[in-house]
Amino acid sequence: MTATDVPVSAEGNPIGFGRMLRKEDARFLRGRGKYVDDVQLKGMLHGAILRSPFAHARIVSIDTSAAEAHPKVKAVVTGAVLETLNLAWMPTLSQDTQSVLVTDKVRFQGQEVAFVVAEDHYSARDALDLIEVEYEQLPAVYDAKKALDADAPAIRDDLDRPDAPHPNHIYDWEAGNKEHTEEVFANAEVVVTQEMLYPRVHPAPMETCGSVADMDPVSGKLTIWTTTQAPHAHRTLYALVAGLPEHKIQVISPDIGGGFGNKVGIYPGYVCSIVGSILTGKPVKWVEDRSENLMSTSFARDYHMTGAIAATRDGKIQGLKVDVLADHGAFNGVAQPTKYPAGFFHIFTGSYDYDAAHCNVKAVYTNKAPGGVAYACSFRVTEAVYLVERMVDCLAQELGMDPAELRMKNLLQPEQFPYTTPTGWEYDSGDYPRALNKAMEIAGYDALRTEQAEMRRAYEAGESQNLMGIGISFFTEGVGAGPKKHMDILGLGMADGCELRIHPTGKGVIRLSVQSQGQGHETTFAQIVAQELGIPPEDIDVVHGDTDNTPFGLGTYGSRSTPVSGAAAAVVSRRVRDKARIIAAAALECSPDDLEWEPGRWFVKGDPDRGQTIQEIAMAAHGSLELPEGVEGHLDATAVYDPPELTYPFGAYICVTDVDAGTGQVKVRRFIAVDDCGPRINPMIVDGQIHGGLADGIGMALMELIAFDSNGTNLGGSFMDYLLPTAMECPSYELGETVTPSPHHPLGVKGVGESATVGSPAAVVNSVLDAIQIRAADMPLTPAVVWRAMQGSPLRNDLAIE
Amino acid sequence: MQVTMTVNGDAVTREIEPRMLLVHFVRDELGLTGTHWGCDTSNCGTCTLWIDGEPVKSCTTLAVMAGGHEVRTVEDLADGANLSPLQQGFMEEHGLQCGFCTPGMMMTAQALLDKQPDPDEATIREAICGNLCRCTGYENIVKAVRWAAEHPAGADSEVSA
Ligand code: FES
Ligand code: FES
Repeated sequence: MTATDVPVSAEGNPIGFGRMLRKEDARFLRGRGKYVDDVQLKGMLHGAILRSPFAHARIVSIDTSAAEAHPKVKAVVTGAVLETLNLAWMPTLSQDTQSVLVTDKVRFQGQEVAFVVAEDHYSARDALDLIEVEYEQLPAVYDAKKALDADAPAIRDDLDRPDAPHPNHIYDWEAGNKEHTEEVFANAEVVVTQEMLYPRVHPAPMETCGSVADMDPVSGKLTIWTTTQAPHAHRTLYALVAGLPEHKIQVISPDIGGGFGNKVGIYPGYVCSIVGSILTGKPVKWVEDRSENLMSTSFARDYHMTGAIAATRDGKIQGLKVDVLADHGAFNGVAQPTKYPAGFFHIFTGSYDYDAAHCNVKAVYTNKAPGGVAYACSFRVTEAVYLVERMVDCLAQELGMDPAELRMKNLLQPEQFPYTTPTGWEYDSGDYPRALNKAMEIAGYDALRTEQAEMRRAYEAGESQNLMGIGISFFTEGVGAGPKKHMDILGLGMADGCELRIHPTGKGVIRLSVQSQGQGHETTFAQIVAQELGIPPEDIDVVHGDTDNTPFGLGTYGSRSTPVSGAAAAVVSRRVRDKARIIAAAALECSPDDLEWEPGRWFVKGDPDRGQTIQEIAMAAHGSLELPEGVEGHLDATAVYDPPELTYPFGAYICVTDVDAGTGQVKVRRFIAVDDCGPRINPMIVDGQIHGGLADGIGMALMELIAFDSNGTNLGGSFMDYLLPTAMECPSYELGETVTPSPHHPLGVKGVGESATVGSPAAVVNSVLDAIQIRAADMPLTPAVVWRAMQGSPLRNDLAIE
Repeated sequence: MQVTMTVNGDAVTREIEPRMLLVHFVRDELGLTGTHWGCDTSNCGTCTLWIDGEPVKSCTTLAVMAGGHEVRTVEDLADGANLSPLQQGFMEEHGLQCGFCTPGMMMTAQALLDKQPDPDEATIREAICGNLCRCTGYENIVKAVRWAAEHPAGADSEVSA
């Protein structure tokens, strides 16, 4: 069905796929969104966390007596208190443990040391100053490259790992075919090797993390309002961590002010608010401030990569290999499926046709905040795309070939799908050359190259100091994790439930396990039901973010919502449609086989006037109509969708930058993005997702960085230091689309939430380096970094200049 | 100490600590939670409201500084059930996703439109550059403000070219 065929409801909305204004906007625009910090409960107390100023220090003593004497303080919680409750440590999402409040020594700057509960937020903060902590400072591991040195201090002396090659070593993990790859490299005409850093960045949603915990002392029920992208996973984890019965925990994730991966994990503050509520018998709110958010919650990336690409002299890529040093911080808190310690990084072979690939990922502990997979990365696909797309540009430069031509020559062809990559992924569908052609067409690629050559001529003649760069990135993502037989988090299979109930009057409610953080689920999922059942989307209420009122599922991250829950929504809708058929047949006194479906209605084949609308069927299902043997009344269905495979969105991006060679200043002039995420449920929302990701890419490529000094102090701990792109750094984006449905998804859709964040950084970096004709420089390409790269003395961005 | 101010047209008086920030005053004392709090350094603009018609970052303003002045927050933009043209523009152009930056963004943009009813894209971008948005990449926010400029009386109006 094309967009123009979609019927329109009385309120002017498409009864199915198409542009539709968002339902959720009505409250947000009036300032009536309900975010965690907006929750006010009677008698609510406020918590604040004391954090370590040091990255690595033994706790000699903690004296809380003055804080406890503060007239408004209700409780002071330390690691010692938590130890008595067996809560001082908690599991991470990656088979490690993490400190809730420190008991022995702090392992990163900003780590949680004590928690104060007071009558108001200001008093809680005051009381933090009254806590006396004596620290014995230890040398910090601030450089991942030195983490495994013989004399590097052991960070995790709490762990008993006699077999570990070094106390700071976490794992070595590899994928691909090593021998074949070595052979291809040994015989290749051209090999280009390049080191690069995808630096530590932070998702930094506009809303920080927080929770309001309310333990009812009488019923023993814990209600926690919290910033979570995965309410059900959090509930199970709280049951496991705190030993609370799972049926007596209700996790409510109200409106979420952006997540991007930052709100997947469970943070010590959440647990402390629960403990605070248990100890005081009152609800306890804890909301971190921005510097706490940037210092202590999930960072992203931090991959030191050495890539090598092999090719023939005429530009046929033959192999790619990479060694990664992965900085995981002090606790391995990455969130990804259990069998994939480096996430989906081994999709690094990208969008090209060759059969030799190998990667090794070595993960280490450092004295930095834990985390690792966050910030819209599709489980480390962004690092993978950055690697391959930078390596392809390095190869183009080596060969003196146009980067678009080199890509065109090596892209997978449409007839090769489904395509199994050398590292074992099975790409579902794609037409890559079409997407790249389209992007080049929108960009006016040849004219840009001509302009660039003229600008370079003028620069070289000393007439100007302005250079222009054209950067390409072609990405393939794998999103929508499971299937659950391959993918789980803490043993919880990555499948998602969905429930649909049609009320007697034909309105309905759909209940989801996933949780929107701005993606517009209340609209999109109503449109899926509308598409499948012909019920106007305004007649469908979407319920999510409340474990008492939604079915189990793993939540929204890794672009899972439409690939997994969207499929579940289609499946339940089809089940309702099938049931409606039986009911319609009973009402029409015919056989279900005699009926045919048109949007919103079953009718008798060959006699279109005889039929029943879905609304009539809903009423009949709840009425006195006699239903056939074995058919229960009412009109509802449930489903659990266990995806058979990942879906593989892809896209071609072109970024045009202007670089002032005198100052190193970069201006993004244009950004062309052609995305293929399959059919678009709501194209307006899809475009919005892409816009946001492109800004992310510009931010990471040019501005965002969490670096550390030699004390292990976080140098990006505020928005004065951790720079986000504003409206001034972002251009007006030029979007294009191609549509290649996924063959195994019921709606053909592939997911788009992270595509642009994954695909765009390499385009920006390739563009700047194309302008200055330098092979490599690491993100963020600040004026200083660009200028130093041009002088031949590149900066190492992850460390302080000392 | 006691502070009295007008908030969205109503006179309010409260007994508060002198150090209380205006953002916490409107949120916690008055329950107007549309104004948000997103940083510690005056960078994000989610806390933007108006004092005497000027957009102000309420996280960097003491509540007592607003004493005797007129404060206006996002809750006052709509006229009852009717969204203002700017709010309509945000809806029509998908100028919001998570909605967290939106109140501050609109208070900044409305102040611009009041002074300059027909701003061009560059002017809009400059005006909102003290308001961060992590979701939209700003594209549709700029369009939303343009929509409001083109529909000064809301959906039923259009400036004839
Ligand atoms: S809260 Fe960030 S500028 Fe006010
Ligand atoms: S809409 Fe989410 S921060 Fe702007």
